[in-house]
Amino acid sequence: MAKRIDVSGLSAYYGAHKAIDDISMTVEPRSVTAFIGPSGCGKSTFLRTLNRMHEVTPGGRVEGKVMLDDENLYGTNVDPVAVRRTVGMVFQRPNPFPTMSIFDNVAAGLRLNGSYKKSQLSDIVERSLKGANLWNEVKDRLNKPGSGLSGGQQQRLCIARAIAVEPDVLLMDEPCSALDPISTLAIEDLIGELKERFTIVIVTHNMQQAARVSDRTAFFNLAAVGQPGKLIELDDTERIFSNPSVQATEDYISGRFG
Amino acid sequence: MSHAIQDRPVSVAPRRGSLSHARLPRWTPAAIAAGSVAGGIGIGLAAGWHSKVQWGLIAALLFVLVTFAVTTKVEGSRQAKDRVATSLIWVSFVLAVVPLLSLAWVTISKGMDVLDGYFLTHSMNGVLDAEAGGGVYHALLGTIEQVGIATLIAAPIGLLTAVYLVEYGGGKLAQAVTFFVDVMTGIPSIVAGLFILATWNLMLGFGPSGFAGAMALAILMMPVVVRSTEEMLKLVPNELREASLALGIPKWRTILKVVLPTAIGGITTGVMLAVARITGETAPVLLLVFGTKLINPNPFEGAQSSLPLYVYEQYAVGTDAAVARAWAAALVLIAFVMILNLVARGIARWKAPKTSR
Repeated sequence: MAKRIDVSGLSAYYGAHKAIDDISMTVEPRSVTAFIGPSGCGKSTFLRTLNRMHEVTPGGRVEGKVMLDDENLYGTNVDPVAVRRTVGMVFQRPNPFPTMSIFDNVAAGLRLNGSYKKSQLSDIVERSLKGANLWNEVKDRLNKPGSGLSGGQQQRLCIARAIAVEPDVLLMDEPCSALDPISTLAIEDLIGELKERFTIVIVTHNMQQAARVSDRTAFFNLAAVGQPGKLIELDDTERIFSNPSVQATEDYISGRFG
Repeated sequence: MSHAIQDRPVSVAPRRGSLSHARLPRWTPAAIAAGSVAGGIGIGLAAGWHSKVQWGLIAALLFVLVTFAVTTKVEGSRQAKDRVATSLIWVSFVLAVVPLLSLAWVTISKGMDVLDGYFLTHSMNGVLDAEAGGGVYHALLGTIEQVGIATLIAAPIGLLTAVYLVEYGGGKLAQAVTFFVDVMTGIPSIVAGLFILATWNLMLGFGPSGFAGAMALAILMMPVVVRSTEEMLKLVPNELREASLALGIPKWRTILKVVLPTAIGGITTGVMLAVARITGETAPVLLLVFGTKLINPNPFEGAQSSLPLYVYEQYAVGTDAAVARAWAAALVLIAFVMILNLVARGIARWKAPKTSR
């Protein structure tokens, strides 16, 4: 459980366009690492390279190394499907499967992977929903469609679905940007609990959120529109927000950007 | 001066810049429509025209013109344009629906004469052309078997082609497939029939059979299935595919368990529409299935009949009894397609993603 991610010299492309350039960083296990930076700087692209979702995009291509403990995710014989079972992902917009009930949504990862024992399934679903702080709200309507839940509940359902397959790492791509402040608070509390068990990486546009939930923060920036995004600095969240070592970070955080 | 202004009632002359203005009552369009119909009939009678079509066209023209005149006078020119656009839409709607209703009415009124349980359960075996009696059972059976086999061939191939185009395609091959599917959509049914006749019957030496007809129908059905399924699969949000892939679910299972179930309602409707399209095909059936008066339950050997072919044959005979049978068979054909459509809608509604709490 909860593995360390060690990225070195990673660049990602969309066709001929280079989206991120030569990124190296280490993500500590059992911690929350936040990615901040302006739109288009490659935060989400970088996040998607961490579970090989980038190559799902037509023309998506990656160079460099991503070590998960001692395994290179981009090694020659690595199966992307196996990578994604180990590194789970929660998306910006809640996306429960519309044809499935709440129960089936949570069970989907296990069922469709074919790796489960029938008797354990309802236990795992209950444990995952409790882990996502959703159990009390949905325990009486597990066979109702997941799309009938509110936006915040749907997002927690998606988190439950992601943790049901017991990944080692959980990637979150702006998980609260479509939610109201109360649902956001619920998810932030949840992130605080989940970091006991998972390595968590979260992309956010909300700097208060990064300051609240994360242990370490990485600032990304791009020189100009059309240029590839770069990692400017990665440090303890406290230091990034109080005394960053790069001027651009301070400008961005204090709103003096551009 | 000030007296004169104060004496005038405020509602008659709204102030400049006011947000309210004179409005026609809600029943105005209905009243104008009724008046136009009356006017159309009146003019038609006065001029001594016999064609009801002319009466209707006069009424439609009156409706649009009177709507424009009345609205311009009362509400102003912008509202007049709006009302004229609305009235044109109504006229188009009526023009589109009238042939449909008239077709349904004529078929039902003429078809009900001989349509009964006996008609549905008996063949034409031993029935003379001029003789009343006989039935459509052999043709109905043939249609069901031929359309069923055609669907069994075309639906899986079409479905898999669409899955390839949407989920895997993108290169030159996909472009070529799309192009040829478009070309196939335009194949006249007689050409599809001739193609099967040339290969299956003449080159390979098989006789006429329901299966030969079904193959020609499958050729006609395939592009329709591909096109409609493709559109439905494109409607499935990419987020669902990504959500599934991010759970570590392989691509083929993602397509099978997430993408297809989400689109199944629309896919079913598309397949059913394609079925409805081929059910009425006559030309390939005429060439390949040949037609018979006897009940032949085996689609793989010997001539069969089918509903459109039966209608054609009976009409060609031309006796009163035969024409009555043709109308009844046409009614059976329409009802058959209608029932298929209703079933498809039922399935689509039952399978569609649910949003209720």
